[in-house]
Amino acid sequence: MKLALFIEFLRARIKLLIRVCLGVLALLIVADAVLVDKEHAHTTIEHLPAFWSVFGFLGCAVIILASKWFGHTGIMTREDYYDE
Amino acid sequence: MNSFWIHPALILIFGAALLPLVPARLKKAYLLAIPVLVFIRTIGMQAGVFGQVQYLDWNLTFGRVDKLSLVFGYIMSLMCILGTLYGLHVRENVQHMAAWVYVAGSLGAIYAGDFITLFLFWEVMAFSSVFLIWFRRRPQSLSTGLRYLLVHVFGGLALLGGMVLHCKAHNSWAFDAFDVHQPTLATYLVMIGLLLNAAVPPLHAWLPDAYGEATFNGSVFMCAFTTKTAVYALCRGFAGMEILVPLGVIMALYGVVYAVLENDCRRLLAYHIISQVGYMVAGVGLGTAMAINGACAHAFAHILYKGLLFMGCGAVLHMTGESRFTELGGLWRKMPWTFVFTLIGGLSISAFPLFSGFVSKSMIVAAGFEEHKFWVAFLLLLASAGTFLHTGLKVPYFIWFGNNKPKAEVWNRASEPPANMIAAMAIASALCIFFGCYTPYLYRMLPYPVDYQPYTAYHISETLQILLFTGLGFFLLLEKLKPEPKISLDLDWFYRLGGRAFQWVASYPIQAADTLVGELYRRAGLAPLMKAARTAGLFDNGVIDGLVDGIASTVRGVGKRLRLAQRGQMQENLAFAFAVAALLIVALVIYSYR
Repeated sequence: MKLALFIEFLRARIKLLIRVCLGVLALLIVADAVLVDKEHAHTTIEHLPAFWSVFGFLGCAVIILASKWFGHTGIMTREDYYDE
Repeated sequence: MNSFWIHPALILIFGAALLPLVPARLKKAYLLAIPVLVFIRTIGMQAGVFGQVQYLDWNLTFGRVDKLSLVFGYIMSLMCILGTLYGLHVRENVQHMAAWVYVAGSLGAIYAGDFITLFLFWEVMAFSSVFLIWFRRRPQSLSTGLRYLLVHVFGGLALLGGMVLHCKAHNSWAFDAFDVHQPTLATYLVMIGLLLNAAVPPLHAWLPDAYGEATFNGSVFMCAFTTKTAVYALCRGFAGMEILVPLGVIMALYGVVYAVLENDCRRLLAYHIISQVGYMVAGVGLGTAMAINGACAHAFAHILYKGLLFMGCGAVLHMTGESRFTELGGLWRKMPWTFVFTLIGGLSISAFPLFSGFVSKSMIVAAGFEEHKFWVAFLLLLASAGTFLHTGLKVPYFIWFGNNKPKAEVWNRASEPPANMIAAMAIASALCIFFGCYTPYLYRMLPYPVDYQPYTAYHISETLQILLFTGLGFFLLLEKLKPEPKISLDLDWFYRLGGRAFQWVASYPIQAADTLVGELYRRAGLAPLMKAARTAGLFDNGVIDGLVDGIASTVRGVGKRLRLAQRGQMQENLAFAFAVAALLIVALVIYSYR
């Protein structure tokens, strides 16, 4: 299977892959600050550079932390809870 | 009335009825031919009103065809092809029959022009899809199916009650837009019936319960038809209903929260149906041309990519027998293609540029911005970060990568699924990319003219930032997000334990009262009765016995023969009952056509 070999190839270079990904993230912020025309933005807050990056990152963190907190208030329970 | 108008649902119902007669070597071709025929029928359909039937006092309309029903009919019949192809190797005829009758119910509801027809097909959907749960044949499948049925019967009753009140008030059974600015009790009851099928909290818990338990290919069907038929009906009847906007936003976030907690990949996907249908419900609530277009486009795109995701996770379940993250991991060596297809589904649902979700979801968000409902737009964007977090990252990562080592038996069984499953996933993936790249194809089908361009520099930059920084957050918080071998309590707790409370009441207080009454009866009533009985006994012995013995031996003879046909299996009995009912309906329709 060629595809599995390709995935193995990528996994062997995981450090490089991570660096490329971080580079893409940095590029996105630069592009947002310099290149992108913000005329179509709906609110003023969106004009802040990298607004959507911060939104995405904080949104993700809030979702994970808030949901896990909610789950550990007693919502998550043992797998055989409904069994008799 | 055009007597040559053939309802696509009829093709499916007759196709299902004839399936057991098809010889084994032709079966696969037949299984593909019928859905393809249905698809050709739906794409060849012209707008208009067809199949009008006068029955008693009712004017039934089986074929109301307009742009709204056309776009939903198109995608439903397309999904029927993909779903059948995916399960092509399943030998049991009844599984295919149940799925087809289920699709027929959905198509029937979509083309229905009046409430009676809508209700009829609505119930056909519920009563056929439950078999897709029962055929899993796990010990808990039976009770899951019964819960599913009971919840839908409740929704059906609300719908029926609302319909009757609405008809009394308007003197017409026609199913058209409700007056959303002056809602009455009838409006609310019909809406509750529809919202239950759309899985809007607090009426949503049936969905993860059922879709996590259905067969590997049953879930592929179920994830498409019930909720999206409800979205269609909401678009038709409740565009602009204000309350749907907050409900939709709550749905979108609710699904995301539970998806964080979920350990079963198919239940996670089920919670994301709730989240995605939330966008559509919010779009219906916004009610502008763009929002309704967005809701339809998103339903269209959603059916494809959610079907694809359920196919990917279903393939893992089918091959390994496991669907829990804590029991899976590192499968990229064994099932790399399944991984790629599931990833494409994940990227589509997350609305990555060039994938189908991008061109549909953004219409609803943009409609929110245009209506100056900023909180709606921002919260929906937050939910889309959560969508990528789970379906784009959590599902692929914890099944195909991760540090978890599955048990030897799971690992050894894992391999790529049969060719037909791969083919179905490949076609669905290709379609997800096609609809994402070539926007006019989908946009031309929408009910209103589209004046919207998703591929602007700003929109692409916005989306990529949200999604890729969500990705960064995922890898930084990976430890926090690790699945736990637990289940999460949802609102089904109330009726699952409510049922148990009822059982307790029945077995203790009611039983005690029953014993007490029995005792009273024994003391006060039994002595005189015995005396009377002795007298009657003399008469009985002499005259009646001879007669009764004769009858009894006849009954026993008949009973003996009947018992051979009756194996005491409730599902089978119900299946027969539904089949007979379905045939009666079909016969009635044909009879009325004459």
